[in-house]
Amino acid sequence: MHGIDLDIARADFVALMGPSGSGKTTLLNLIGGLDTPTGGSITVDGRRIDRLSGGELARWRAANVGFVFQFYNLLPVLSAQRNVELPLLLTSLGAAERRRRAAIALALVGLADRARHKPKELSGGQEQRVAIARAIVSDPTLLVCDEPTGDLDRATAHEIMLLLQLLNRQHGKTIVMVTHDPKAAEYAQRSLHLDKGTLAPADEAPR
Amino acid sequence: MTHLVWAQLFRKKTRTVLTLLSVIVAFLLFGLLQAVEVAFESAADAADARRLLTIARYSIIEPLPMAHGRAIARVPGVVAVASADWFGAKYQNESNAFPVFAVDPVRYLDMYPEFRVSPAHREAFTKTRTGAIAGQRLVDRYGWTVGQKLPIASEIHAKTDGSLNWEFDLVGTLDADDPAVRGNTDMVLINVAYFDEARQFGRGKTGWYIIRIDDPAQARTISAAIDRLFANSPDETKTQPEKEFAIGFAKQIGDIGALVTRILIAVFFTILILTGNTMAQAVRERIPELAVLKTLGFSDRAVTLLVLGEALLLLGLGAGVGMLGAVSVLPALNARTGGRFPPLFIDGATWLLAVSIAVGLALAIGLPPALRVGRLRIVDALAGHR
Repeated sequence: MHGIDLDIARADFVALMGPSGSGKTTLLNLIGGLDTPTGGSITVDGRRIDRLSGGELARWRAANVGFVFQFYNLLPVLSAQRNVELPLLLTSLGAAERRRRAAIALALVGLADRARHKPKELSGGQEQRVAIARAIVSDPTLLVCDEPTGDLDRATAHEIMLLLQLLNRQHGKTIVMVTHDPKAAEYAQRSLHLDKGTLAPADEAPR
Repeated sequence: MTHLVWAQLFRKKTRTVLTLLSVIVAFLLFGLLQAVEVAFESAADAADARRLLTIARYSIIEPLPMAHGRAIARVPGVVAVASADWFGAKYQNESNAFPVFAVDPVRYLDMYPEFRVSPAHREAFTKTRTGAIAGQRLVDRYGWTVGQKLPIASEIHAKTDGSLNWEFDLVGTLDADDPAVRGNTDMVLINVAYFDEARQFGRGKTGWYIIRIDDPAQARTISAAIDRLFANSPDETKTQPEKEFAIGFAKQIGDIGALVTRILIAVFFTILILTGNTMAQAVRERIPELAVLKTLGFSDRAVTLLVLGEALLLLGLGAGVGMLGAVSVLPALNARTGGRFPPLFIDGATWLLAVSIAVGLALAIGLPPALRVGRLRIVDALAGHR
């Protein structure tokens, strides 16, 4: 990363694009509090997260960030319901309330009837919906998505992007998404291009 | 969180079940072997610090004069004296051997308050010269009933008519509430008054003395005082606390404790290697999943405890089932030995030791992978699995 100066407004939907090795994922890791910068600062909602210790950063992630990965990263031994409940295990909520909230999140992504299914019993699109339900179950303000449609066919990718768009527009989630796919980037409010650690708006990026 | 630990542990059911089985077998073996060791040590454990034993100086098979009893009773610190003589019994055939002691009923039973004898049986034993009382386990083993004649042959003592076949009246039973003491009740007591009068030789002699003292701290001094009484006489004595005598007697069979310990060390070392390897492999396989948990906000400590929890659950489950297995097997084993062996049981100390071993093993196999996972950098672990 070189001299990156990026402001993302609340309820923004930003697509980060760029070639492999350009630093997209590194930037996403820094924004999501998975990594800490060697220099500079990252402020989220008025808080300098680059100054937080490992434990503080973990607590901050649990409360403020939802993660969506390309390969879903669900725990194969748990049902969809239990996977969605995972972030709530870090809260003081009781089991019944955890179940209730997980059910709501699953209903929101249209998978209420798949709650008892294990990941291997779901399609790729359904797995990604479960992952999105897990990302939103603790009601974070920020969703960090790394190639959320990278493993999906076009039709399913469209459904997932509509879902993310819905979360952004109707629920006010701030979304930062890394993608290689220009079609996916079209669902974002704006696109940024990263190349060799330098950031530029997508329309200014070299073609 | 428990369901998460449970689900992770049984992620690969076959592997976990096989590992669990090995732990169960190890703790089953532990329970059984410890029961054997406890049974052998029970005589020493049941020993009373206020009791001394006096035997002939050079061998327990050398008899001592009954007159020694009166002299011993006069030694300062001695509260009571009883004696017992070895009858050398066999019942029906060679394999039915059990101890038969010729004793003074009142003195002997007063010496062992841990034995439970009903007042009626005690009185009958005291008043019946040909009377005998038998340990409840022996009564159960041979199907005796109180009131019956008890034909017992002696390999040592002939009656005045030259016959080795004796007959006693079974007038009562004795038992003990403490399982550690119960093994010591596998015997028949006969009345020394009748025995001494009816035997062909050895009259006026007994096998050993049991001495009650008032202060256990004075045991050595009193023992020395007793032995000094008979020093340089034809019947020199050797007096020692009952516990020392019991330990020495048990060691004549072999050092069961050391043997059991060595076997169990080998068993648990094997479990440590096997389970440790399985655990490390299981954790290695799901590094990305654990990294996802960290991504979701699980702290390093939480993930460390999660992995450690799996090891504790595995060992706890295996140890629990194995020990319960041993507990459920022991009654059948006790029945099969027909009372020829001290009663096998699992005492509180064995349970405590099992818990300590299970926790120790869980820490030994769980800590290395748990700490490794705790130190895991999310971005490195997720690389290639996003």
